[in-house]
Amino acid sequence: MVGRIKQFFIQIGELSYFAGRFFKEIFFPPFEFKELLRQCYQMGNRSLVLVGVTGFIIGLVMTLQSRPTLIQFGAVSWMPNMTGISIVREIGPVITALICAGRIASGIGAELGSMRVTEQIDAMEVSGTNPFKYLVVTRILATTLMLPLLVVFGDLVALYGSALVENLKGDVSFQLYFNTVFDALSFGDIVPATIKSFFFGFVIGLVGCYKGYYSKKGTAGVGVAANTAVVMASLLVFVVDFIAVFVSDIFYEL
Amino acid sequence: MINENTTYKNKKNPPKSDYTDARKTVICIRDVYKSFGDNHVLNGFDMKLHEGENLVVMGKSGSGKSVMIKCLVGLMSPDSGYIEVMGKEIATLDRQTLDELRSDIGFLFQGSALYDSMTVRENLEFPMRRHKEKLGVVQDTTPLVMEALENVGLAHTIDLMPAELSGGMKRRIALARTLILKPKIILYDEPTSGLDPITAKEIIELMRSIQKKYGTSSLIITHDVDCARVISERMILLVDGINYAEGSYAELSASTDPKVDAFFKK
Repeated sequence: MVGRIKQFFIQIGELSYFAGRFFKEIFFPPFEFKELLRQCYQMGNRSLVLVGVTGFIIGLVMTLQSRPTLIQFGAVSWMPNMTGISIVREIGPVITALICAGRIASGIGAELGSMRVTEQIDAMEVSGTNPFKYLVVTRILATTLMLPLLVVFGDLVALYGSALVENLKGDVSFQLYFNTVFDALSFGDIVPATIKSFFFGFVIGLVGCYKGYYSKKGTAGVGVAANTAVVMASLLVFVVDFIAVFVSDIFYEL
Repeated sequence: MINENTTYKNKKNPPKSDYTDARKTVICIRDVYKSFGDNHVLNGFDMKLHEGENLVVMGKSGSGKSVMIKCLVGLMSPDSGYIEVMGKEIATLDRQTLDELRSDIGFLFQGSALYDSMTVRENLEFPMRRHKEKLGVVQDTTPLVMEALENVGLAHTIDLMPAELSGGMKRRIALARTLILKPKIILYDEPTSGLDPITAKEIIELMRSIQKKYGTSSLIITHDVDCARVISERMILLVDGINYAEGSYAELSASTDPKVDAFFKK
């Protein structure tokens, strides 16, 4: 038990050092723009369908499930307000981040892990390229920049799913639905959610890279790196979410 | 033939190599120690590689051969000892100087280490990104890539992915990648391991022809006696973390020392 606690704190320390190295390397040339764009495409564009489908289903299911209860209380007209605020503030960012933790963090962990065990990272180092800059900085930046965009996309699709149910079941037009949603949303709903999405992206990229970059024990280590990257990234998404809600509570009245 | 296994007591003033002498020493290792926990891999290892020489370092699996070669290029740091490559002490170099020095050292990794996500062309272009000035390349890198691929007889694979190549082809492409920066020293980490005897022979022939064509100094790490016999001018046996024996293949294979003899027994 003591050993596991010790190991936990060692990991936190190593992860902090890894994050520190990222901030140290990011401001100094050479800058790997081409690789950054490639990673943005890989992580952003390739996650669109997954995020879109999930968002659509979440919006659809959420509306279908809460509709009978709202009808019971005669509050069905509050449906756009309720779904809009809950999706934009919390469900959209967290669900999108969790999907990306599964898809992106595991992908990065496995990719960098296999590069480590097959000595590709060493080969980069020997050829005079800084592998941390080329592999780690670009990936963490790409996840940090792409996640907020994916969250916005996921939110819009989820709201569309919700509007579709309202349109079919409650004869609410799309225009009325979206007007009500945007009337209900305030600056204090959108800004904290967007800011925390950057942090979600950062921790997903950071954990994936950290686990993969220091992968050990051959091919078995690659599997472990991918697996632990998902677990740790998902956990950190909730920790960041808690901190973000706590901090935004200070600045905006919830 | 058995070395004295000199222990250098005064570690603060390590002996300098004779890099500026007529017969240049391009790599000089003195009294290097490296441990992983309780596992003492290198216990005061000494070695010199001369310009234009083919030196083979043989040792059992896990004897520290790969660790030693990684210490040479700064991929690992020794616990103590002195490592000098082309007149520069590795431990004292900053990142930029080390990268410049590395452009003069080719490294053929045991498993080829080709970048999976890149084509053969991109694999060969990758090391050139930071060294275009040295190579005199302004824009088009294709002639250099083609030349390196022609050297290993695989010009037709330029647009293939590593996954589409056989083990022997991967090793040859990796060799082409090490050649692209026109290194003065090539380090081979088990160049024939995992290959069938015919392909292994082809790789050895290729290594010899490259040495002849470019006059590079080669340090070959292997446990393949046939490879050592064909390619070595001089051999070092790495036993218990030290330079246990040194000499030509003929000299070492005739040794009656049981630890030396164990390497050559059929």
